[in-house]
Amino acid sequence: MKISQKVFPFFCNLNIKFILQLNHFKGDDIFKLVSALVASSIFLLLGLMVYELVKGSWLSIQTFGLNFIVGTKWDPAVSKVFGALPLILGTLVTSAIALLIGIPISLGVGLALSEYMPKKFGLAVSFLVELLAAVPSVIYGLWGIFVLIPFLRNHVYPYLQTAFGFIPIFSGPIYGGGVLTGGIVLAIMIIPTVSAVMRDLFLTVPNSQREAMIALGATKWETTKTVISYARSGVIGAIILGLARAVGETMAITMVIGNKFQVWPSSLFDAWYTMAAIIANELLEATYDLYISALINVGLVLLFVALIINILARLIVWRTLRFTRGIARE
Amino acid sequence: MAVKFDIQNLNAWFGSMHVLKNINMKIEENAVTAIIGPSGSGKTTFLRCLNRMHEITPGARVSGKVLFNGINIYDDGVDPVMIRRKIGMVFQKPNPFPMMSIYDNVAVGLKLNGIRDKKILDAAVRRSLELANLWDEVKGALNKSGASLSGGQQQRLCIARALAVEPEVLLMDEPTSALDPIAAAKIEALIRKLAKNYTVVIVTHNMQQAARVSDYTAFFYLGELIEYGPTKQIFENPKHELTKRYITGEFG
Repeated sequence: MKISQKVFPFFCNLNIKFILQLNHFKGDDIFKLVSALVASSIFLLLGLMVYELVKGSWLSIQTFGLNFIVGTKWDPAVSKVFGALPLILGTLVTSAIALLIGIPISLGVGLALSEYMPKKFGLAVSFLVELLAAVPSVIYGLWGIFVLIPFLRNHVYPYLQTAFGFIPIFSGPIYGGGVLTGGIVLAIMIIPTVSAVMRDLFLTVPNSQREAMIALGATKWETTKTVISYARSGVIGAIILGLARAVGETMAITMVIGNKFQVWPSSLFDAWYTMAAIIANELLEATYDLYISALINVGLVLLFVALIINILARLIVWRTLRFTRGIARE
Repeated sequence: MAVKFDIQNLNAWFGSMHVLKNINMKIEENAVTAIIGPSGSGKTTFLRCLNRMHEITPGARVSGKVLFNGINIYDDGVDPVMIRRKIGMVFQKPNPFPMMSIYDNVAVGLKLNGIRDKKILDAAVRRSLELANLWDEVKGALNKSGASLSGGQQQRLCIARALAVEPEVLLMDEPTSALDPIAAAKIEALIRKLAKNYTVVIVTHNMQQAARVSDYTAFFYLGELIEYGPTKQIFENPKHELTKRYITGEFG
């Protein structure tokens, strides 16, 4: 027996106990605590954000109530009445155009990179696609103004009008900037992200699924459809990711949509406005409390639109997963 | 007996790897032919050459002839898609389509052939599931996902899926290796039943299985066909030294 243990039995015991406890505590528990804290800070962050937005827009909510959402007048100068319906419509319609153009292209790019291209080429293109996703949105806006708008105005829109001018949405004067241009720029912005996600999704589809289809005598296209179908919940997720980006996009759309407050544009070539664009444009010019409050209220509505989109996406993904997990359909 | 496959000077490569060396053999119609041999002997590659699945792997090549009903499936004018509709395949791991219902899993091949008539589809689904000994277990749950079944049921679903298009041949690549013994026994019984009307070629690691289910056995070693003949003769009186050593378990 060592002298120290004879003299300080109590301390030795304590020490060992303490070290054992410390080791235990140091490991899993600390990590668990930290990760729990970090994870719950998300709730705090979202809560604070909603709180601040509601607080900031309180004056506007008190003044207009639900009329703010259905109101069609935005008159900061004379009557001081604010209604956001045209902005909500502008946001939804430009985003819808972006999806209509962007999703088929993204799907095509994703499939080409995962199913059709040689591996090395696919990797090289994937790298470029991901680089595109990192381009700041103001650059897309500048490019939209200096390259896309003149090109569309001179080489695309006139032909569109000649061909489809009998349909009202393709009639009317062509400015260059406008609803369709905004949608196209948004589409270009979501394509890199969405197609990169789709490519990754298709690469995770097991080869046994493709072989099962090929062995049944399926053509390449029929096999590809199976790949899409296998990854469909992820594909929906990717589409929603694109939609969320399009809805919240501010800088580029502000630069090309024309920023004209009206309930409904006369055609696809007409100018319009979106929620994000009006906040970016007018917040610095807002000179009185109700005006500022109305702009923050627009932000609150934008947040809710984004939340609703995400909840819908969750529901759709959950429904598809529920089926594959073996619970009867409907 | 008629010859279903007449394989002449078949060679196959993965890139520069020569995995099948000059295979010549004839496969009988409406019989079960087992392909045995140790890992890496080219059994699966051989099977995949019979329905032109080998060539879908990047870098894979084939030379030689595979006469199917007298027609070389590697001739220029032959569409591999059409070949695969005549020659069904079942894989090592059950691979039903999880996003499709059990019904659609079986009907998918017919739909590829453009059949949309609900009555024809219903009848074919029932017939195929009955043939695969699965109908009684799933008849009340045809709308459930193909992934909701057990492993053995999934494999029988895959067999039903292959049978639905009424192929002439069923290629099976170690169909029971991922299953428990009871599920495997059910599949073996099914194979015997199918042999009455179908030509079955089965790759197996399990020599007892080969002895139980097959009429003919081919022993492959390092990409070469070492010995081929009636199963009884291969197992009871092998002519080649390597075959003897393999079936007595000296290597494998």
